Amino acid sequence: MNDFTDNMESNKHKNSSSIPSPGAGGITLFDKIWEKHVVKTIDDGPSVLYIDKHLIHEVTSPQAFTGLNKRGIQVFRPKQVVATADHNVPTLNQHLPIKEELGRKQVEALIKNCAEHGIELYGLGHPFQGIVHVIGPELGITRPGMTIVCGDSHTSTHGAFGSIAFGIGTSEVEMVMATQCLLQSKPKLMRITVDGTLNKGVVSKDIVLYILSKISASGATGYAVEFAGSAIRSLSMEARMTICNMSIEMGGRCGLIAPDETTFNYIKGREFAPKGADWDRESASWEKLYSDADAVFDKEYHFNAEDIQPMITYGTNPGMGIGVNENIPTTETIHETDRSGLAKSLAYMGLREGTPIKGQKIDYVFIGSCTNSRIEDLRMVASFVKGKKKDDSVEVWVVPGSKQVEAQAIKEGIDKVFEEAGFQLRQPGCSACLGMNEDKIPAGKYCISTSNRNFEGRQGAGARTLLASPLTAAAAAITGKVSDIRELLQHNN
Amino acid sequence: MSKPLSIVKSRFIPVNIENIDTDQIIPARFLKATTKEGFGKNLFRDWRYENDDETKPKADFPLNQARYSGEILVAGKNFGCGSSREHAAWSILDYGFRVVVSSFFADIFKNNALNNGVLPVQVSDGFLQKIFARDAESELTVDLARQTITINASGESESFDINSYKKTCLLNGYDDIDFLLSIKPEIETFETERG
Repeated sequence: MNDFTDNMESNKHKNSSSIPSPGAGGITLFDKIWEKHVVKTIDDGPSVLYIDKHLIHEVTSPQAFTGLNKRGIQVFRPKQVVATADHNVPTLNQHLPIKEELGRKQVEALIKNCAEHGIELYGLGHPFQGIVHVIGPELGITRPGMTIVCGDSHTSTHGAFGSIAFGIGTSEVEMVMATQCLLQSKPKLMRITVDGTLNKGVVSKDIVLYILSKISASGATGYAVEFAGSAIRSLSMEARMTICNMSIEMGGRCGLIAPDETTFNYIKGREFAPKGADWDRESASWEKLYSDADAVFDKEYHFNAEDIQPMITYGTNPGMGIGVNENIPTTETIHETDRSGLAKSLAYMGLREGTPIKGQKIDYVFIGSCTNSRIEDLRMVASFVKGKKKDDSVEVWVVPGSKQVEAQAIKEGIDKVFEEAGFQLRQPGCSACLGMNEDKIPAGKYCISTSNRNFEGRQGAGARTLLASPLTAAAAAITGKVSDIRELLQHNN
Repeated sequence: MSKPLSIVKSRFIPVNIENIDTDQIIPARFLKATTKEGFGKNLFRDWRYENDDETKPKADFPLNQARYSGEILVAGKNFGCGSSREHAAWSILDYGFRVVVSSFFADIFKNNALNNGVLPVQVSDGFLQKIFARDAESELTVDLARQTITINASGESESFDINSYKKTCLLNGYDDIDFLLSIKPEIETFETERG
């Protein structure tokens, strides 16, 4: 090992004095956070980045624990690790043992590993259990200025608080467990500005699906993406999380939004939020977390909120989205990134180019996932659905993001609204977003889903996924087909 | 420690599809293992078999075509997008690939591959098309030390990027974790200084 470390330790000094943003002048939000976490930088190589919070779950952690055990080492900073079971857990009868053997073994391994390494686990039955990207924020674990990682690509969600948060592989999970650090090359920086006021029936999911339709599913690969502008600023924290959540769908290493009063008010008083003098000190440091006015980005996009319609995807990557009243693109009209894949995509989806998506028959509606399973999402759906009934031909699953979301929904009577509408309110987990548990969409069936990925087979082998906002999904639940929520909202009035 | 990699001279298997996401490389239902081995048989599972039935391979998928073989996978641009599942890299390695060639890679996949001794080689769109145009008997040579990829029959060659740290790791089979453990005192000092 000595030769190796000699090779690598060519640069021992910290990198904190340099300003790495392109051009001179101001510093970006990303750089302000990054610089505070660089332990050292290797010449012509990555930086050693210190990680403040590490979130783990049952699916991408077992091999990392095995790696540590083989080396005979313990988790370095167990207090900075939080665990939950979410990816493969059932969403019915969670009080019973998990029937599916392999899934049960992963959950059991997590329980054993957390006990052996002194890690706090919010497992099945715990009042804090839930989707890892829902519980971090709602417990006040996620805070501005932090570096946060998890063995899940949607870790980008936490960037909504002005943190650097990104998904990692299992080898990296093992690295963070062993050293609380990762070797990371600094990504390029992109800013996406959305100004203006959102149209009626248009919500944050539509914003991010719209951006994706403009820049494609690889448009931000290699970049950290800061979202800015008056339309972003006007969003609640939960709505901001939906946007940062899907920054990975553009290929972005992470997505982030500068913290403001909305952020501070959301965090204050939560379970693990700093209290008293700690709050004063920490929150004062958050005030400095914004991109300076003269900061320069490697790439910038500007969009107008007024141009955004309720969105829906027709294809097999999240960049293949259109306004709900638009026609499915043709080879001539599609973004060039998706041109070669259009025919394959539409064959899988059973859709035809140049035809309307509105009116497409739907078999399943899934309202859930780390993108849209928070209490505001459930409230949004309930307020539209109240007094209505689902279409007979549609099965509707609502899967809350956490035990706390579930409890709050019941407290507010949202469970009754769903029951009367014929919606099934299930128990927290990732569920039909990725179909690891039994919540799978059958082959050939159409599912309008509030989740984040419409890849082939994502929700079950042969399943056809149309991504949309909770409102547009709720509209489809009532009509049994792809519908324009705005027309239905007018009927409401 | 992963297996060191320096020169790979081999035929290649072409999967000429763009935006291959990690759900295609290894569907989520196969992520329920607690070890890293055995994922190769489920690589591209739903593109390889009809109705998930191993006795019904899809004849038009390259992995099922006897004329294709080798340690090099060649795929369309934006390979490995989507989920962070390292199982994607494990399945590629377990199947027998040491190199993946594409004109664009998703970030997380690239890291996961490198952390498992699988080399992602990013080439230009033009060079990728030249490879796809070759027949099944063609061999490629990937030389990590020289950072070049060559179509042996024609001698056409292109260089590829890799940072020197990762190159050293791959050439020697070193892991990031060995390096990070070796600087633990510095990490502890960093923690103390930041308070």
